[in-house]
Amino acid sequence: MANDPMNQFKIETIVPLPPVAGVDISFTNSALYMVIGIALVIGFFMLTMKRQLVPGRMQSLGEMSYEFIADMVRDTTGPEAMKFFPFVFCLFFFILFANLVGMFPYAFTTTSHVAVTAAMAIFTILIVIVAGLWKNGFKWFKIFAPSGLPLPMYALIIPIEIISFLSRPITLAVRLFANMTAGHVMLKLFAIFAAFLVAKGGAVAGLAILPVLGTVALVALEFLVAGLQAFVFAILTCVYLNDVYHVDH
Amino acid sequence: MAEKATGYDAAEAASGGLPQLDISTWGGQIFWLVVTFAILYFALSRFILPRLGSGLTERSDRIADDLDAASRMQQDAEAAEAQYQSSLADARAKAHKINATTKSSVDAEIASEVEAAEAEFTRQSSAAEARIAKIRSEALRNIDDIAADTASEIVSKLSGMKVTAARAKTAVSKA
Repeated sequence: MANDPMNQFKIETIVPLPPVAGVDISFTNSALYMVIGIALVIGFFMLTMKRQLVPGRMQSLGEMSYEFIADMVRDTTGPEAMKFFPFVFCLFFFILFANLVGMFPYAFTTTSHVAVTAAMAIFTILIVIVAGLWKNGFKWFKIFAPSGLPLPMYALIIPIEIISFLSRPITLAVRLFANMTAGHVMLKLFAIFAAFLVAKGGAVAGLAILPVLGTVALVALEFLVAGLQAFVFAILTCVYLNDVYHVDH
Repeated sequence: MAEKATGYDAAEAASGGLPQLDISTWGGQIFWLVVTFAILYFALSRFILPRLGSGLTERSDRIADDLDAASRMQQDAEAAEAQYQSSLADARAKAHKINATTKSSVDAEIASEVEAAEAEFTRQSSAAEARIAKIRSEALRNIDDIAADTASEIVSKLSGMKVTAARAKTAVSKA
């Protein structure tokens, strides 16, 4: 088991549940870590809700998180998009905590599964489409046809715009999934290599220090990636939400 | 990157492949994602974010209020200072006035007393002059009498004639 770097991504059933509409909804390690993730997010923000006039450390953290995402939504999309602020906030903290919890040894990283990241990405794009149509009606489709171009250009531009729009959920999903998967595979490979060198024994065992140092560096990098990918997902959501409010671009 | 993922799939399909691409687990993962994300969204949007947000606006309101109060207090202090200055000026002016009026009334009193003293002096001196004149005229009248007496005495001694007092008097006053 320990020698397969893909084993860490294996879904294992913890509590089997009867399938609903043909879908196996058994409580798995993935579900467990999602529950742990949201419990940590909610617990963290419960600690920050003291509401003192002069904030303490935890309250400052909570308020900084709030301002960070609020500024992101305001600056990237505009003040009218503050309706979506709770959604972006949830996305950011769900992904951030899933990534960080996944950094613990033996923990499961829910965001390393393409099903999860694709579901979030498609849901985000559906929100953009539904909110855009709701707000602008059929005029919303003008986002695929930028104004002020010579007529023949539209034959080229409209398909490109449609493809770029449809590629958004794919890039959004794959970016997060691939980053998390690749990082964890790399960590596992370095660790396996170190174990392999130690198992060889003798002078070669001393060389194990190199992959161990590599693992340490990778852990630091992965913590960076954990935050960065959550940020990228959230800010791209804001950028895509822009299309709800600014049809003429 | 999507190609890389499918590449993995093809290469590793024989040895079980990527657990991520095992479609049988997708439904369950998405189900639990929806459940947990919905709970998180509900908890954050209903309870936590409104409280954080209201705490922040409360603080910025409070700061704005405090700044307002501070500027109001400063205005009050400036007004009080202006009032103090004007009342100080009033008091100073009043003191000047009191000084001036006291001086003039004292002057007037001195003047009136001097005048009264002068009036008294002139009254007394004129009374004295009158008395002196009276005494003098009385004395003159006595001189006439004495002269008449002396004259009649001299006449009677020299000539032995008796001269009446009245004749002597007219003679003296004629002389």
